[in-house]
Amino acid sequence: MAILQPTSLTDVQDAVRQSERLRVRGGGSKPTLSTAADGVTQLDLTALRGVQEYEPEEFVFTALAATPVAEIEALLATHGQYLPFDPLLVDRGATLGGVVAANTAGSGRFRYGGVRDFVIGVRFVDGRGHLIRGGGKVVKNAAGFDLPKLMVGSLGRLGVLVELSFKVFPRPAAYASLVVPFPHLHPALEALYRLNTSAFDLEALDLEPTAEGSFALWLRIGGPAAVLSERLDRLQNVLASGAMSFARLQGEEEAHFWRARRELSWVPAGYCLVKVPVTPGRLPDLEARLVATDVVRLYSVGGNLAWLAWPPTSSRTAIQALLNALGLTGMMLFGPPDEPLLTPLPGAAFFQRVKQALDPDGRFV
Amino acid sequence: MRDVTVPSPGTQTTGEVAGPFLAALEQSLPPGRVLTRPAELIPYESDALTAYRERPLAVVLPETQDEVVAVVRLCHRYGVPFVARGSGTSLSGGSLPVPGGIVIGLNRLNRIVRLDPRQRLAVVEPGVVNLAISQAAAPYGLYYAPDPSSQPVCTIGGNLAFNSGGAHCLKYGMTSNHVLGLKVVLPDGEVVSLGGESLEAVGPDLVGLFVGCEGLFGIALEVTVRLVPRPECYRTVLAAYRSLAAAGGAVSRVVASGLLPGAIEIMDALAIEAAEAAVKAGYPREAAALLIVELEGETVQVEKEFAYLLTVLQDPALTATERPYEVRVAQSEAERLAIWKGRKAAFSAVGRLSPDYIVQDGVVPRSRLGEALAEIERLSRQYGLRVANVFHAGDGNLHPLILYDGREPGAYERAEALAAAITRMCIAMGGSITGEHGVGMEKRAFLPEMFGEDDMEAMYRLRRAMDPLELANRGKMFPGDPTAAARPGWLPHPLERAGVISRM
Repeated sequence: MAILQPTSLTDVQDAVRQSERLRVRGGGSKPTLSTAADGVTQLDLTALRGVQEYEPEEFVFTALAATPVAEIEALLATHGQYLPFDPLLVDRGATLGGVVAANTAGSGRFRYGGVRDFVIGVRFVDGRGHLIRGGGKVVKNAAGFDLPKLMVGSLGRLGVLVELSFKVFPRPAAYASLVVPFPHLHPALEALYRLNTSAFDLEALDLEPTAEGSFALWLRIGGPAAVLSERLDRLQNVLASGAMSFARLQGEEEAHFWRARRELSWVPAGYCLVKVPVTPGRLPDLEARLVATDVVRLYSVGGNLAWLAWPPTSSRTAIQALLNALGLTGMMLFGPPDEPLLTPLPGAAFFQRVKQALDPDGRFV
Repeated sequence: MRDVTVPSPGTQTTGEVAGPFLAALEQSLPPGRVLTRPAELIPYESDALTAYRERPLAVVLPETQDEVVAVVRLCHRYGVPFVARGSGTSLSGGSLPVPGGIVIGLNRLNRIVRLDPRQRLAVVEPGVVNLAISQAAAPYGLYYAPDPSSQPVCTIGGNLAFNSGGAHCLKYGMTSNHVLGLKVVLPDGEVVSLGGESLEAVGPDLVGLFVGCEGLFGIALEVTVRLVPRPECYRTVLAAYRSLAAAGGAVSRVVASGLLPGAIEIMDALAIEAAEAAVKAGYPREAAALLIVELEGETVQVEKEFAYLLTVLQDPALTATERPYEVRVAQSEAERLAIWKGRKAAFSAVGRLSPDYIVQDGVVPRSRLGEALAEIERLSRQYGLRVANVFHAGDGNLHPLILYDGREPGAYERAEALAAAITRMCIAMGGSITGEHGVGMEKRAFLPEMFGEDDMEAMYRLRRAMDPLELANRGKMFPGDPTAAARPGWLPHPLERAGVISRM
């Protein structure tokens, strides 16, 4: 397998022009998405790293695509800012480009939105080797087609991301969390729906199956430390009906919990991890099919994102059959090297036209 | 620029095509839904960018999604360009008719197909008025966040096509950040679904590409939007400054304070004068600049943050010129609404100060706001035209209102030249030519100044991939056929004159 390691944008353009088929790799934190198959050139972008511009007062930074998210987070933290979409696998070396191409946002995206809501500018090399810029470096912009958003979830198949601009926000001064167990899925979902139509500002809202058919809601709030306890009291009042108990987390313990969650450390070693967009209303169907299996589940982002971890011996076709039967889509993040998209996606005809425009020779596989 | 300026195919629908095409249109729709008489067409000749007008071949008024698809397919078969239109409030000429083409008026597709408060979403047709979604969601404590100033009349289809903004974009984003799924008819009549109902997705963000395409990729038939909970509490402060620079400095300090206000707005002296004349909002009239900052969220937290905001604004370490000379806190919902009433009326109110005006929509990096305003002041003197400033300071989105008298020979041209100079200043400062109004007809000459040749070509390839015949909203966004333009000559939008809608 040919491996190319460009050290400049021109190198990337040359690499694209001279490779018939190629796949991009950044930090390698999601090997199923980045490993090149036989006969496919691996484009290793790790040398394209570094922050180009950061003006804390603008809430905007621009960095090369293979800049590790950890480096960005450290820089932002020195000015009390953060990436509100809660990028995944930061400690495992996820890069900005990888987070955009794979669209991997964590539980914290519940509050202000996902990767798509914070990427504001992009430079990428298209399938003809042209360096293309889309979007901009200001937080509000309606000029031209929204190419930055198009690249979110594109898996490197529309172009090689080389530079990205993001909007950022001030980070809440402190956090606190509440864990609320329920005896069954139904009362847990009812509680989630009550929260959905209440004026609570939740940073995260996760639903997790626990032992023997019970479920727990995990709620995270952020803000001035002085008011967090009172805010949790009010949340408890709303949740009182149906809940079995309440446990509060704060400080180091709380931070550690959510950090482990974004590192996906709950996924057992060797399991195949699949990202499945859902809505809370679909969870009973999904649970009915999974409750008696060995599939480890986490319903994140207020029940809008199902993380399903299948045991290592699971067959790909069985996973696909389940998703197709429920009319759901899925992408495999960890697992044997294969096509990461497990199901047909909406808008295939539209995508084909986009692909034809940006990668007419089908170089990006 | 290569490729992009090549004349569009068939800029006029010839008589041979027009006759059979109109006959086929009339056959495919119930009687009375194809307008062709000049008197019927006049209201559709222009949108809120009234300096441009063009009479369409016909106006079609479909009432169902199937009818829209049928009309688009006929356009494709006969090679007739079409422009989708909602309430015609575009400020960039986005719904200006194409010569020889038809206008597809979508106001009758105004059904809220589904409202699902528990899952915080709504499925609506493109002719649904922006504010109607919030009204439908209100009983459940939810609302639709994007709030362009024309929200009592503008439709979601137009918001979607131009990725409309509003006063609350910094925290909540623009239209694009609130659209989850779409059903669209592509310009060749193919119907596709994009996205879905989930907040998350796998695969490329095709919804994100479609939103803001300015109608060039086809027509949205059904739109799934997300709803958000109405904040428990709003706290609003109005601060009066003796200079515009001092107000700009305050914005920087608020942003640096770690607070995330829902809105940060500034009005200058001329805008204040206009707003006062129109709605008597009770603003401090002698102020050189007014700053409005609003926090929202859970009461207990907002109260805490608001107290901090007031200390940031009135920091004793500031000099007398940096400090506001008056700070008013809205003590009730009525007082809060009064503050916003003046702000939202400022635009239409400028009509009281000047017979004609142009609004510009550029964006500059927030830290260069002061510099940008000084430059606008300099340009205003250089061109001999008054400029009122009302803007979304939190996200650097300027709205200079260039005042002129259309009866004075050369005044319109001078105003346009001044607007162009401001647009170029925004590009030079690393900003954008448009924050929320879109490129449309008005700024298409500037897009290639903001983007490079390869960028323009990539966008144009996308356009051609979706629409090889360039039937959908031909002539918008990309510089091209100048005959598709316009006759200068300003006529205020009737709703604008009435103060129902405004431009920011």
